[in-house]
Amino acid sequence: MSDVLLSVRNLAVDFSTYGQVNHVLNGVSLEVAPRSHVALVGESGSGKTVTMKAIMGILRQPPAAITGGEIVFDGRDLRTLAPAERDRLRGTAMAMIFQNPMSSLNPVFTIADQMATILKYADRRLGRARGRTGRIDRVHEVLAQVRMRDPERVARSHPIMLSGGMRQRVLIAMALLSEPRLLIADEPGTALDVTTQAQILKLLKDLVEERNLALLMITHNLGVVRETSSYVYVMHHGRIVEEATTDALFANPRQAYTRNLIASVPRLSGGTDFVALAGAEARP
Amino acid sequence: MSAAPLLELVGLTKTFPVRNAFGRITGEVRAVDGVSLGIDRGEVYGLAGESGSGKSTIARMIMGLTKPSAGDIFLEGRNITGESGTRAYGRKVQMVFQNPGSSLNPRRTVGQSIAVPLDAHGFPRAGRAARIAELLEMVQLPDEFVSRYPHELSGGQQQRVAIARALAVEPSLIVLDEPTSALDVSVQARVIALLILLGRRLGLTFLFISHDLSLVRNFAQRVGVLYLGKLVETGRTAAIFEHPEHDYTRLLLASVPVISAEEEAIRPQLPIINGEVATAAEVLAGLAGTPASPTQGRGQRV
Repeated sequence: MSDVLLSVRNLAVDFSTYGQVNHVLNGVSLEVAPRSHVALVGESGSGKTVTMKAIMGILRQPPAAITGGEIVFDGRDLRTLAPAERDRLRGTAMAMIFQNPMSSLNPVFTIADQMATILKYADRRLGRARGRTGRIDRVHEVLAQVRMRDPERVARSHPIMLSGGMRQRVLIAMALLSEPRLLIADEPGTALDVTTQAQILKLLKDLVEERNLALLMITHNLGVVRETSSYVYVMHHGRIVEEATTDALFANPRQAYTRNLIASVPRLSGGTDFVALAGAEARP
Repeated sequence: MSAAPLLELVGLTKTFPVRNAFGRITGEVRAVDGVSLGIDRGEVYGLAGESGSGKSTIARMIMGLTKPSAGDIFLEGRNITGESGTRAYGRKVQMVFQNPGSSLNPRRTVGQSIAVPLDAHGFPRAGRAARIAELLEMVQLPDEFVSRYPHELSGGQQQRVAIARALAVEPSLIVLDEPTSALDVSVQARVIALLILLGRRLGLTFLFISHDLSLVRNFAQRVGVLYLGKLVETGRTAAIFEHPEHDYTRLLLASVPVISAEEEAIRPQLPIINGEVATAAEVLAGLAGTPASPTQGRGQRV
């Protein structure tokens, strides 16, 4: 068990809307080892975001209902954990980076205010005491960890004063505040320009190595998977349809779904024949 | 390049005033800065750039939705700068927007949406139903879709309706503004295939605006790379992707996440400063600081 940090086994989630029940996750199993970089890839509606929310314990129930399976983090099943115990883990041992940096930040408070508040509540959950000065010091420290050149100036800023890339870095810094062991990133850099995305992906890769982190990344972008992750789960219709090391998945995809997904990605080197691709499939 | 281009932009410029907190104009932003390019009949011309590069502003000026501050737009050799946005012009140039969910009226059926440009351009009522059926067939949608509403369709199907609507008045140029960026990759492949087939069958010309360089590489024959309102590099897509001359183009290509070794082989190295990926501004400042930048691929430009 010591070499697995997070283990999801046979997770099943239903959504009920207007009396109709949809099986959104049908037995999802995945594992994340300490200090690893794992990707969960899938198209829209595949269930990747629901999986992530279930792991973080932020799935709204109802309409969702976890109907089966286990989510074992660090040897403990989160589903059977007392709510207070679970709260202690959230934002501390496991933290999350959201997709859209602008909607995750409050426009009226400075970065320092927002981060210090998060840290205050994290400290309280963990039964730690730290004064305002101590919290601000820690804020400056994590902002430096995400390669902000002038952490003090960034801390004093309001979100509107920062570029998209810097806001994304602030969100990563927020997640790092309590030294989590598992970081869950939802489409990191997707809302950003490609040059900024490259910077963010490099940063995440470096952090996994430097900070003793495990990273579970949820994405639809196969390029991002190949550039950053070492192990991949492919999700489709609420199931894991294929899993492999990243190299093996791209070298030798076994499932037709994965092969088609990989073939659909246009190549920077050219030669993608869209007409042949579309012809190979049934008409809508 | 011998025949006159279908669409020609000459020194196209758009400036927006910058106002202070009291509404006084304190300066101006050059959103588009002297862009000149020509698009030949039957080609797909890609306009690639990041947010703020001015690519959508160029599209809006071509469509007559925004007035240029300076420069001219020629369509079929005629200066139409003042009249883009008029009815006669609208018949020749149509546009497909990024998000079909918001570019289609939710209260109109598919048939009603496609009928709007037909009505606006005085298409006879008698042949309308047949024309709509024909258009649906062209975009490979079943004819019963004529009475469906946008919310009943998938994103890919909605975008096909938007394409049918753009085709309705038989335009010669279609401006595609990120037409597939809201779609999954497998759906994107099918929509692009449809555009390629329609282009061939109807002899269409496309101006394809995109931030997705891998998509531009495989769809456009020529490409213009925009940075902060300026066209930094133009030419045949294959030549530019294999031998980018401008440092910004190189940075852009280096940043694209790829899925194969062949792509890695042609992709430039990411510029690293102090262990971090350099920003565009840093790369270009570095260029200014070192006049003798390494040259490569000279002579490959068209």
